[in-house]
Amino acid sequence: MRALFTVFRKEVVENLRDRRTVLSALVLGPLGAPLLFTVMMNLTLERSREHDERPLQLSVAGRAAAPNLIAFLAGAGVSVSDLPGGADGAAQAVREHRVRLALVVPDDYGARLRAGEPAKVLLYIDTADTAAGADQARAGALLSMYGGRIAAWRLAARGLSPAIAQPVVVDQIDVSTPAARATTVLGMLSYFIVFATLMGGIYVAIDATAGERERGSLEPLLTLPLRRRSIVYGKILAAAAFMALSLALTILAFAISLRYVHLDAFGMELNFGPSVALAIYGLMLPFVVLGAALLTLVASFTRSYREAQSWLAGLVLVPTMPILFAAIYQVAPRLGLMWVPSLGQHLLIQSLLRAEPVGVAAVLLSAGTTLALGLGLARLAVWLYERERILG
Amino acid sequence: MIVLESLAKRFGAVQAVREISLVAPDGRVTGLLGPNGAGKSTTLRLLCGVQHPDHGRALVDGFDVAREPRVALARLGVLPHNAGLYPLLTARENIRYYGALHGLDSAALERRIQALSELLELATLLDRRTKGFSQGERVKVALARALVHEPKNLVLDEPTNGLDVPAIRSLRRMIMQLREAGHCILFTSHVMQEVAALCDEIAIVDDGSVVARGTPAEIAARVAGGSLEDAFVAALAPGSVT
Repeated sequence: MRALFTVFRKEVVENLRDRRTVLSALVLGPLGAPLLFTVMMNLTLERSREHDERPLQLSVAGRAAAPNLIAFLAGAGVSVSDLPGGADGAAQAVREHRVRLALVVPDDYGARLRAGEPAKVLLYIDTADTAAGADQARAGALLSMYGGRIAAWRLAARGLSPAIAQPVVVDQIDVSTPAARATTVLGMLSYFIVFATLMGGIYVAIDATAGERERGSLEPLLTLPLRRRSIVYGKILAAAAFMALSLALTILAFAISLRYVHLDAFGMELNFGPSVALAIYGLMLPFVVLGAALLTLVASFTRSYREAQSWLAGLVLVPTMPILFAAIYQVAPRLGLMWVPSLGQHLLIQSLLRAEPVGVAAVLLSAGTTLALGLGLARLAVWLYERERILG
Repeated sequence: MIVLESLAKRFGAVQAVREISLVAPDGRVTGLLGPNGAGKSTTLRLLCGVQHPDHGRALVDGFDVAREPRVALARLGVLPHNAGLYPLLTARENIRYYGALHGLDSAALERRIQALSELLELATLLDRRTKGFSQGERVKVALARALVHEPKNLVLDEPTNGLDVPAIRSLRRMIMQLREAGHCILFTSHVMQEVAALCDEIAIVDDGSVVARGTPAEIAARVAGGSLEDAFVAALAPGSVT
């Protein structure tokens, strides 16, 4: 036990002096992810807000043929501009992204409207232009609304109630809470937390295994009268310590940076107070043990520092995969999924952020299987170090 | 005292060590001389317990390395051929790490480091990180690290590799001092002059077996020219008699 802590302390001291380890574990990981996340979120939110508040720009060809429609659009706050060149000009302008969408009023519009026939207008859109999606929807809705209004007038002129044309009315009632709405946006938060945690251990694990062998310091270490497991567990513990520190800094950075994401403007509320931050830290600790054992085990297999780097850079993506799928498919938390390491932690974190109750059984199952797998991998790493071939 | 009894070790198709037997008594410097690839390093790895022999055994003060590794290895100090220090730790921290792993408490450890510092002239090096050390400085620190738990037996793997002449002379002086203090010293080299200058006894190893054994003078006397170099070359020639 004493040897274990001696190995642990030496690995920690050595890695704290290694600029690369400190940079990746304590600076880039914990600050990079929350910073990137906050900037991305703010840009996304800013853009959707701009869409709602900015007047819709609509270029119209042949506006003289539809003065009432233009007046209606202007009344709805649309900024209407003239577009020369008729239908061909409109198609060209949209295709070349000079305008986001264009409305073409054919010459026979007025005549057909007066005759009570369906009067066609053409809305030129480009569905490949994802930024224009909201504008397209707004223009479509306004034009439908104008059509509906004319229909209502026509019915009223014939002495009929406009309600006759609305046999079914849909009224949507949103039952989501502000905190729950926020998690659809914050679904990727646990992805970043898991990723930054693993980044915290990468260089420590490589340095303690492949690095030690490459420097030629492993062989003399193994000539000491020690149990191999003291050495291996000391190294895993050192990686775990850096990961736990990296995790704490990441959560802290998130707690601070998310205050600068203005979710409240969108009816969302963030359940990320000190107690939730602490709970997330506690939920992630078993994963720290698993991650440290996994990184150490795989780094021990490799033949050189560089090979270990390549392997581990790919390896850190593996535990983030279940989270990615869960976020894309909006997987709901249920007990049957809690045994999957990283997925269990992700689902529990989601529940916390949504201010939903977290079951004791779910927490125990997630922590239990994650820890068991971590200890199994640690045992495997010891076995690896007990073989002669560890010297390569 | 180090005793190797009929050690043999095979790696796949390569028989790295065929039959190595050796007695390295206390208070003597025993040299394991042989060309590169003769099996010297494998022999030392078998002795240090990092690899296990297919046949035979290695004994340190009578303790079998394979059966009681922790008792046997606690009596052994090892200087690996490339020093194997941690560049981001100071010399003192490198030595202290091994002392702590040997179970020394910190007060005893500091006293021991002080004594080693005087013996090996480390005073100016102790609190510097070993990153920029010369090869000679590295070997000195690694030697201090190998001696930190006061082992009776010392194994030096190609200790003079890459050293300049003053460093080699200073290392020789230290080895002689340790011999006078009664240590059993086993060291490998592929440089004949090295072995001739230091060793009380020599075992010449070739192709995994001991092909000649004796004091430098005895070995030299067995061939016509009477020089150790002639004897070395003769011993390596196929069909030579030991």
